[in-house]
Amino acid sequence: MVPLSWYLALSAVLFTIGVVGVLIQRNVIALFMCIELMLNAVNLSLIAFSRLHNDVTGQLFVFIVMAVAAAEAAVGLAIIISLFRNRETLNVDEADLLKL
Amino acid sequence: MEFAHILFLAFAALAVVAAFNVILQRNPIYSAIGLIVVLCSLATLFLTLNAQFISAMQIIVYAGAIMVLFVFVIMLLNVRSEEARTDKQKYLKFLAAPLFLALLAEVIAVVRYVNLTPQPLPSANNAGDPSTVLGTVENIAHGMFTNYVIPFEAASVLILMAIVGSMLLARREKPEEIARIEKALTRQQEEEISKEEVAA
Repeated sequence: MVPLSWYLALSAVLFTIGVVGVLIQRNVIALFMCIELMLNAVNLSLIAFSRLHNDVTGQLFVFIVMAVAAAEAAVGLAIIISLFRNRETLNVDEADLLKL
Repeated sequence: MEFAHILFLAFAALAVVAAFNVILQRNPIYSAIGLIVVLCSLATLFLTLNAQFISAMQIIVYAGAIMVLFVFVIMLLNVRSEEARTDKQKYLKFLAAPLFLALLAEVIAVVRYVNLTPQPLPSANNAGDPSTVLGTVENIAHGMFTNYVIPFEAASVLILMAIVGSMLLARREKPEEIARIEKALTRQQEEEISKEEVAA
């Protein structure tokens, strides 16, 4: 049996890679994919803890997270399409209308 | 080293390499392919943690539906590779190192000092009722439609709102906007043609 701490370490590594991606990427679609990466890292943690306690609650959490991720992807990609329609760019630095 | 260890290490390495591919590629279509590899290897890891149903959902919902949506939007918008990255916030580097060390200390503390031995599972053959075995469809359905029925209904309302909201946001309303998009596309094509002429 693989120790569960390995799964948690992998989850932390994937989450950190996602955070770094959000900081260094400038393409708004790639930023979105980094957010999906972070959601998946958390899902791995939840499933590992569900196995630790032999309790299905963690897996139900993951199911709800997947529903939220699907809704987020649909709305976010619609926002990206309307951003591209108005600005003709996908660079997040150029979408700064609300910046003071 | 057991077979389970080799399986874990192989898929963990695949996931980490593909995750780096997601954040380092300039062209978003390659990032999307990297993310699909991460999702599939995480689905395999879910199988090793007795989450069969979630593993199947990971493939069907994430790799199947969400990533297809991403790739579809990337192709719809005809995104070209990104230019050189702007590096405006240089002070973030000094913030990053202490945060990284804090996270590393946290991971090491969890790995070393927390007792994480999973309880043994009853084997599926002599467990009797499948709804008591972790991760089966019966087990998940039993939890979802008894104790957690309100979050389930809230998720369905959320998805309905997302459908209506995304239709509202992505709707094309005015003819002048169509004209503007077409102008941008012809400008892109002209730029490409002039670049080719310069190269030639």
